[in-house]
Amino acid sequence: MRNRFIQRAPENFLSAEQINQIKAGRRGFLASAFSVAAAAAASVTQAQAAGDPNILNLPAHTKGLGQPVASRPYGLPSAFEKNLQRRESPGLTRVGAASVSFAPLQSLFGIITPSGLHFERHHQGWWDIDPSKHRLMVNGSDDSLIKRPMVFDMDEIMRLPSVSRMCFIECGANTAMEWNNTAVPTVQYTHGMLSCSEFTGLPLITLLEMCGADLKRGKFILAEGADGSGMTRTIPVSLIQSGEVLVAYGQNGEMLRPENGYPLRLIVPGIQGVSWIKYLRRIEVGDKPYAAKDETLHYIDLLPDGTHRQYSGIQEVKSVITSPSGGQVVLQKGFHSITGLAWSGRGKVKRVDVSIDAGRNWKTARLEGPVLAKCLTRFNTDLVWDGKPVILQSRAVDDTGHIQPTVQALRAVRGGRSIYHNNAIQSWLLGESGEVKNVQVG
Amino acid sequence: MFKWVENLHRRGAENAELRRISQKAFKRFFSAVLCVLCASAVETSYAQTPKYQNIGRAATPQEIKAWDIDVRPDFKGLPKGQGSVQQGEVVWEAQCASCHGHFGESSEVFTPIAGGTTPEDMKTGRVKSLLLGANQPQRTTVMKLSTLSTLWDYINRAMPWNAPKSLSVDEVYASTAYILHLSNVLPADFVLSDSNIRQVQARLPNRGGMTTAHSLWPGKDLGGSIKPDVQGSSCMNNCAVQTAVLSSLPEHARDAHGNLAEQSRALGASRGLETLEPKALKTAQNSQNSASNMPLAQSVRSQQAPENIADGVPTLAQIKPVLDKNACLVCHGMSTPLVGPSLKDIAGRYKTHGDALNLISGKIKQGGQGVWGAIPMPAQALSLDEAAQVAKWLIGGMPP
Repeated sequence: MRNRFIQRAPENFLSAEQINQIKAGRRGFLASAFSVAAAAAASVTQAQAAGDPNILNLPAHTKGLGQPVASRPYGLPSAFEKNLQRRESPGLTRVGAASVSFAPLQSLFGIITPSGLHFERHHQGWWDIDPSKHRLMVNGSDDSLIKRPMVFDMDEIMRLPSVSRMCFIECGANTAMEWNNTAVPTVQYTHGMLSCSEFTGLPLITLLEMCGADLKRGKFILAEGADGSGMTRTIPVSLIQSGEVLVAYGQNGEMLRPENGYPLRLIVPGIQGVSWIKYLRRIEVGDKPYAAKDETLHYIDLLPDGTHRQYSGIQEVKSVITSPSGGQVVLQKGFHSITGLAWSGRGKVKRVDVSIDAGRNWKTARLEGPVLAKCLTRFNTDLVWDGKPVILQSRAVDDTGHIQPTVQALRAVRGGRSIYHNNAIQSWLLGESGEVKNVQVG
Repeated sequence: MFKWVENLHRRGAENAELRRISQKAFKRFFSAVLCVLCASAVETSYAQTPKYQNIGRAATPQEIKAWDIDVRPDFKGLPKGQGSVQQGEVVWEAQCASCHGHFGESSEVFTPIAGGTTPEDMKTGRVKSLLLGANQPQRTTVMKLSTLSTLWDYINRAMPWNAPKSLSVDEVYASTAYILHLSNVLPADFVLSDSNIRQVQARLPNRGGMTTAHSLWPGKDLGGSIKPDVQGSSCMNNCAVQTAVLSSLPEHARDAHGNLAEQSRALGASRGLETLEPKALKTAQNSQNSASNMPLAQSVRSQQAPENIADGVPTLAQIKPVLDKNACLVCHGMSTPLVGPSLKDIAGRYKTHGDALNLISGKIKQGGQGVWGAIPMPAQALSLDEAAQVAKWLIGGMPP
């Protein structure tokens, strides 16, 4: 029976402690117990024959008194979950205050990112701003574009009727390291500049209407942050008029985390994260785009002809298998649930197809739901793994009919130097050893 | 609400008396709903009055002036002022050069500001070194800069990096002028001001280098398209695809992102991959691997193991001359990462490594790249013994 297991994996890839855990665990125990029973071997001990020691020997938590309520007034994850952390990719950035930390997608469930694991991108460091001193100003690039330039404090913003919506946020540079070749080992680093939360706030359009903004002439909004970087981005008024752009203070039922813009940030569903201005202090109504630093010197997409695409904001249809994924070791043959995330900045995910033969044949996956526009969608499909190498891919289609392309298709049009907006199909090679590798095929 | 009434009604059907009550309740409820509808109709007719009373107040002109600092490509928002290239050099040396280099070439921390543009580019408005195949190692700021307002605005709002918004208006003009001088866009005697900035805009090498003809901006306000430029395949079966593995991570980069076993949940169908070298294999590997396949530091380690190291851990005072002579502390802070990792971090990472002494001294001697970041550490011209002393001090807890 022991050949049910992939023998090479534990010795080579798991720590001694992990191997012992697995050996002592239920699966290992049952395997040997069944094998022993079948062979009626005499060497089996009485304890093994009787059953799992985790069942037979009552543990401390079953026989003792547990912790009281509120011993941790703000709850924390289990001590056994310490591996789930947002992490920097070594060598990607040079200083922590202008860096990025990636969300551990490989170990997350469903579609909501725990706030403490939400990816971070700071251009000039993060702050924890006193909300009682925070103000939001709404003005115009000239007086004719707005009737009443106004100032709001947080109390006032929070008095207005709120809306909540779940949506993803993805950095425009997510998967940027993989344009030309594989560069990083795990989905945390290939796709981890991606998170999804329920955000609460009010539609920006409400504030603009209160100020009497002229949105016929004022086609562009400048959003500006209060931190040192004074982040500025041009936001299209068409998105604001649809009501989807929010001035948000809430994230997953509590206030925004400081790393995510406490106490106020702009939510621009479907658009790259850099436009979701944190520490939002000012909204300006304008009749021309602003060519801010992060829409002229960065967040521009270099094309083969030497031009740069400017004001490239939409995060196009994309998906990735999060389990099994790069840098993991699959422990056993047999049944596995392949699961991952799909999203589109243009609308809802309509379908996700999964291939286990590098894109030659595809099978439509189940969408777990809820399936919401401009929100992460969780998918899964079954894999009965026979231990032979397979190359796993997922391919999303959104409700505009846009299909996630291969990296070759992207490179054929955009070249390999555009950094931003890589929505290519991701390939994971699950090898005989059980080790999963990040690969590019073609 | 209606659902609730319906439920009440259905339940009431089992009891005649209750039914009568429920019907009454329904009638009462229905008339109440009508009243609410009337009330909201009244409210709608007064929609011109502000809906959200007592929320927000008018911004004062001083407040708007304090915060409305953005400068648009048409220079709307640009304050009056001026600054010369010469003044810019003074500002640059004092405030900018430590990160961006004396000539805008930048430290390894930040991308270069100047370079990569030619006088020809200034004529055409397109930067040739952005073309495919141009022998240009990195895109500089000025290679990309299409609107001069962007540079002015960004320096004004965000520079210097650790003290943003501390420059005067004239200093922003001056440093902008200096950057353009470093890029050969402006002569050394130029004075940039609000009155001549439009003429300077017309000299920018990449002023014609941007396009909005794409589908990544919602709507058509910028003249783009709705249809995506790249569409995937909808093939489901026997698709004509190449399935050869073209790219995967090299084995020697296995631990470039640390130990992946510690980065995945230790529960469920999989575990994270153990990527640290098993200690017991280290010596055997060193003797087996050919030098050409090994990372530099490792090959040094196997070729010339330092033998003449005095016993005992040296103190900081003892190794300080070595650190000073080789300018180690310029890139490595004691406990703060600078261009490279801090000495404390290095010590923390390797002190439990089975072969730490050889590993660290090898890395000091030969340099390295990719463990802490992409910035390479150059090979150092110190003796193996000196390198080993520094390594010993690091592993030994960095005694003062």
